[in-house]
Amino acid sequence: MFGIFDVYLLEAVINGILLGGVFALLALGLNLVFGVIDVVWICYAELIMLGMYGMYFLYVAYHVPFVLAALISIAGVGALGGLLHVLVIQPLLGTAPINQLLATGGVLFFLQSAATVMFGIDFRNLGIRLPVLELSGMYISYARLLAFAAALIGMVALYLFLARSYTGAAIRAVAQDRQIMPLMGVDTRRIYITTSLIAGGLAGLAACLLVLQYDVQPFVGLTFAPITFLICVLGGLGDMIGGFVAAFLFAEIISVAGLYLDLEWGYVFAFGFFVVLMFFRPQGLLARRR
Amino acid sequence: MTGRVYWMGAAAVLIGLPFVYHDPYPLHIMVLILIWSFVYTSWSVMGRFGLVSLGHGGFMGIGAYVTALLWNYQHTTPWLGIPLAMLAAVAVALLIGYPCFRFRITGHYFALLTLALSAIVLQIITATRDITGGSLGYTPERYNGGSSIYAVQFLDKETWYLVALAIWGAGLLIRYAVDRGMLRYALEAIVEDEDAAAAAGVHVTVEKLKVTVLSAAMTAFAGAIYGQYQMFISPDTVSGISVSLQMVFAAVVGGIYVPLGPTVGAAITILLTETLRISFGTAAIGWDNLVYGVLLVLFIIFLPQGLLGSVLAGITAARAKTA
Repeated sequence: MFGIFDVYLLEAVINGILLGGVFALLALGLNLVFGVIDVVWICYAELIMLGMYGMYFLYVAYHVPFVLAALISIAGVGALGGLLHVLVIQPLLGTAPINQLLATGGVLFFLQSAATVMFGIDFRNLGIRLPVLELSGMYISYARLLAFAAALIGMVALYLFLARSYTGAAIRAVAQDRQIMPLMGVDTRRIYITTSLIAGGLAGLAACLLVLQYDVQPFVGLTFAPITFLICVLGGLGDMIGGFVAAFLFAEIISVAGLYLDLEWGYVFAFGFFVVLMFFRPQGLLARRR
Repeated sequence: MTGRVYWMGAAAVLIGLPFVYHDPYPLHIMVLILIWSFVYTSWSVMGRFGLVSLGHGGFMGIGAYVTALLWNYQHTTPWLGIPLAMLAAVAVALLIGYPCFRFRITGHYFALLTLALSAIVLQIITATRDITGGSLGYTPERYNGGSSIYAVQFLDKETWYLVALAIWGAGLLIRYAVDRGMLRYALEAIVEDEDAAAAAGVHVTVEKLKVTVLSAAMTAFAGAIYGQYQMFISPDTVSGISVSLQMVFAAVVGGIYVPLGPTVGAAITILLTETLRISFGTAAIGWDNLVYGVLLVLFIIFLPQGLLGSVLAGITAARAKTA
């Protein structure tokens, strides 16, 4: 039934699904911050970059076991997320939204060049080569499988936290109405910081997974930041389910286009697809027509 | 009247400078400041109306690459190549701008979308590495190894200084014309309230497209001129996210609401980079952007009007007090 090309195509489709899991995780953190605080962290991918450096130094230089290093990185990047909110976003909460976005653009510059100054521009990797799974002629890397599984677990954990816990309910309430909730006795300042910590933690989780597939360098963020932003806009900023669907759509396009052409063209096709979809679904994939 | 005398005096000094002063390095810095001032002015033409585009790196890249590629492959003179490059940038601006404005994609959405645009232009330049040289950069061919008006290539800094000065002046004039025209009133109404402006008879989509097309064409022009001057372009210096952010940064630091703000921003950023480079050499790599990043955050928090904007506002306030 399967010709030789079909096997390659199927492999690309499966890899697309696996890639989609990681994209969905990337988009989730951004969507969480946007949904609750109404701010876009342009420097989100740079937080991930720092997390990847954290993993590298912990694992390679200090020989910390992988799982422990991952936990430290997640906590560390989470703290960075909180710090970002307190130092940069909090003073700007009352001003024009675009100012907050540009300020995080400044943070992007700062983090990229701080990494350049501290770590140099060498490409570094953990030196872990995970085996490749062979399945009836298809090759699927364990690194991607692991990333997909961990991303799904992370997302389910976040969902349960938001759906079941008291703080989670407060976060959802603030996301629905920022003006009313303070009147109901919710301390929005604390909710914002908690949200930023969680979003930072998600970036940290993404860092632990991406470091298995990519070499670390100060500009690694630029390789996945644009696609993450596209996913968030296509899904509808702040719409976590929409972002989830959009992530898989984009991952499939990139993966399948990358099969026939270069990887860069995959991104170009994804962008073209995005522009076309914008005509039909300007408010996001799952948004109701107004 | 005395104000006009001062302005004419300043213009005379700027124009006369290359006839009495020939040190190439300071002239080179001046040319860079003038060209980048024009770029930042182009950005602020639309940026100050709340249309914060992070895609201008894309337009600049299109301008630089289309001109250089046409010259090398088709031997098209930049006199024709630059307008074609500007047309290409305008086409892209319309393609992205129309759905954005028609479907009310504003604020964060617009910024993120245009950010992706500049990243995609960089990806395309890198992906077509067989033609564009990819990330290694690209060099327009020298025309008979010398200066030529036909090829828009000049070997001496003095000529380039005058060219850049004229372009910079033209940029200020365009901004002045927008300031005096109906477009400004329409856009200011849109910034205040899109629905109210539309109800009052402002065609929101068309007005926004007008200013976007103008800004994109100017930026593409600047990209082409920059390529002609440096005789080397690479995806990282004329396109991509960092170039786009650099434009926003310099414009914000100088002040986007005052005509000379972007020029002040360009002077500050370029002098800062050069000072760091000269005093620290290769050890300075990364430090200039580090300082930019911190400054950008500080400016947006404490001085959102920019340096020149705040100074001018201070002077106006002081005058109002004494009068």
